[in-house]
Amino acid sequence: MTVSQVSFGSHEPVLDVKNLSVKYIGDTRSTTAVDRVSFSIGTGEVFGLAGESGCGKSTIANSIMRLLKDPAKIAGGSISFGGKDVLAMSPEELRRFRWQDVAMVFQSAMNSLNPVLTIGEQIVDIFTTHAGHSRKESLRRAGQLLELVRIDPARLKSYPHQLSGGMRQRAVIAMAVALKPSLLILDEPTTALDVVVQQEIMAQIKELQRELGFSVLFITHDMSLMVELSHRMAVMYGGRIVETAKAQDVYANPRHPYTQALMGAFPPLTGPRVPLTGLPDGVKFRNIPDLTEAAPGHFVAPVSADASAVDTAIMEGAAR
Amino acid sequence: MSPAVLSSRRPSADTEAAALEVRGLGKSFPLGGLFSRESVRALHGVDLAIGRGEIVALVGESGSGKSTLARCVARLERPSAGEILIDGVDVLKRDRFQASRAFRSQLQMVFQDPFGSLNPAHRVEHFLRRSLAIHRKGGSSETETRQRLEELMTTVGLQADMLNSYPHELSGGQRQRVAIARALAVEPQVILADEPTSMLDVSVRIGVLNLMRKLRDEQGISMLYITHDLASARYLADRTAVMFAGELVEEGESLDLLANAAHPYTQLLVSAVPDPARAGSYDPVRRAELRQAVMASTSCAFDGDPNQACSAEEPVRHGVGDPENRHWVRCHLYRPQAGAGGHALATEPTDNKASA
Repeated sequence: MTVSQVSFGSHEPVLDVKNLSVKYIGDTRSTTAVDRVSFSIGTGEVFGLAGESGCGKSTIANSIMRLLKDPAKIAGGSISFGGKDVLAMSPEELRRFRWQDVAMVFQSAMNSLNPVLTIGEQIVDIFTTHAGHSRKESLRRAGQLLELVRIDPARLKSYPHQLSGGMRQRAVIAMAVALKPSLLILDEPTTALDVVVQQEIMAQIKELQRELGFSVLFITHDMSLMVELSHRMAVMYGGRIVETAKAQDVYANPRHPYTQALMGAFPPLTGPRVPLTGLPDGVKFRNIPDLTEAAPGHFVAPVSADASAVDTAIMEGAAR
Repeated sequence: MSPAVLSSRRPSADTEAAALEVRGLGKSFPLGGLFSRESVRALHGVDLAIGRGEIVALVGESGSGKSTLARCVARLERPSAGEILIDGVDVLKRDRFQASRAFRSQLQMVFQDPFGSLNPAHRVEHFLRRSLAIHRKGGSSETETRQRLEELMTTVGLQADMLNSYPHELSGGQRQRVAIARALAVEPQVILADEPTSMLDVSVRIGVLNLMRKLRDEQGISMLYITHDLASARYLADRTAVMFAGELVEEGESLDLLANAAHPYTQLLVSAVPDPARAGSYDPVRRAELRQAVMASTSCAFDGDPNQACSAEEPVRHGVGDPENRHWVRCHLYRPQAGAGGHALATEPTDNKASA
């Protein structure tokens, strides 16, 4: 697998996903949500996974955490974390793997806090269950944790509804890094927030990442945000990866028409107004082939002019 | 990418009455129980004019009062104060109690959620046909109505055979186009679009914005485009107005406003937009200063200029740069009164301290 060998200045990958396929099995038909996806994340690397709703990016995150429930089934491939096979873990191993090795911040995570417990009780809970600390020690650590994300430790006694959306989101991020996991999965961590708060939270994540050195799998549909934060990124479409490279390369030179459309969806804030074209309604790419290396470290799924693979009439609009 | 620069219309001011004008609009919502006298002031003294064939963007954070303004103008909400003028006629005086059909045919709305705004039990044809029938725009015969229906579909970039589709058969972008076609059926002169692209998949958003631009260019429809996305406001709108805590703080030609933002709140918004072209530009110290300036500015850039009066009590508007751009900024010294609407900045007091 050539793709997984390109990683950002690290010796060995923390997470290695190979040919992962996930199916949602229905009574009459089943859907392949993730189709032969391979990527790896190195130590201290921020890897971005971009794509629109329904492209399978959240399914990948849930597979890594082994959180998939029926009717979703991992149909093939492997996920290895630090050399261990995640798919073969026993329930007890999984319990330790989750949160200690890999932590996840979910979409609209700020609503995932328990409304009837104070922030303090919820953080203390992590330390007592997973790390086995005493209550007093846990409380002290919880205070430090809030300071880490710049929330006043006095807020330990607050209930979630007493905090603003941004503060709740930061509290959730603090909880995710509580046990110093080596991989943090961020699934659209800022979609529900205003830009000003979003930027401050992203800056905080960057800072925490530099301080604690964990790797990040960052999932979003906002290409500008992704390029700013990630070292390397992959673009997904219909369960497949259509392009993967260093984030700066994808930004400077998107090669797949779908990537170009995604980039075009975010008009620039400087320079003259130039007409942009997104993907016209109803465009479908079918039978996406495997990635090939278009430039050093830049892998793209070839787009054939073949009508069975792409609706050509529509492609004209997508090409800029 | 084609190098052609998109046209930007600049209707000369004062030559004709604005398509839509709002003067001193205010809206407060009562808080607490029946006998409570508390209220939250969602809008205060909003003055905004939209010329013919002009797109004006209204930007601000959630809770700043953008949608309340749209709902007041669309008369879904009764304003507490002010005037709403269409063609120079105050519609609040003309139709005292509720919006008249005449008003509805002048002004139409496109909502944020195309999944909620189309009845799932009806075909696309039904929505358009009803608009035509209610406002008697369908012509005198069935042939004419049919022709008009197909014309509408073509205008918004959909195929005519989609008239027989149900909403669930369409993608989000296609549904939003149907919602736009429904608004167009009435032949309005103003369309209020409240975050029309925020629920759509990113790759089709630009298509909807391009459609809105096309409607302005070809049919001369004026629009109020409400959004929290500055980049799309810059892309689409001729002028942009910035709202903060229920009041406008700055307004001007879109490119000029974003390039030369004068109000600290506008600067804050502009600096927060993710843009790979200036990655790593986040500076916590600068951010703390901006927040401070937004919440309690101690000086105004125009203070000491004998031609510009500054005031902490009155929302004085200072002109910025070339008068051609009609760019103004509210005096930094002005403090909104107590009871103003909420905003994200006010609710995070610990932040100022920590990052300063």
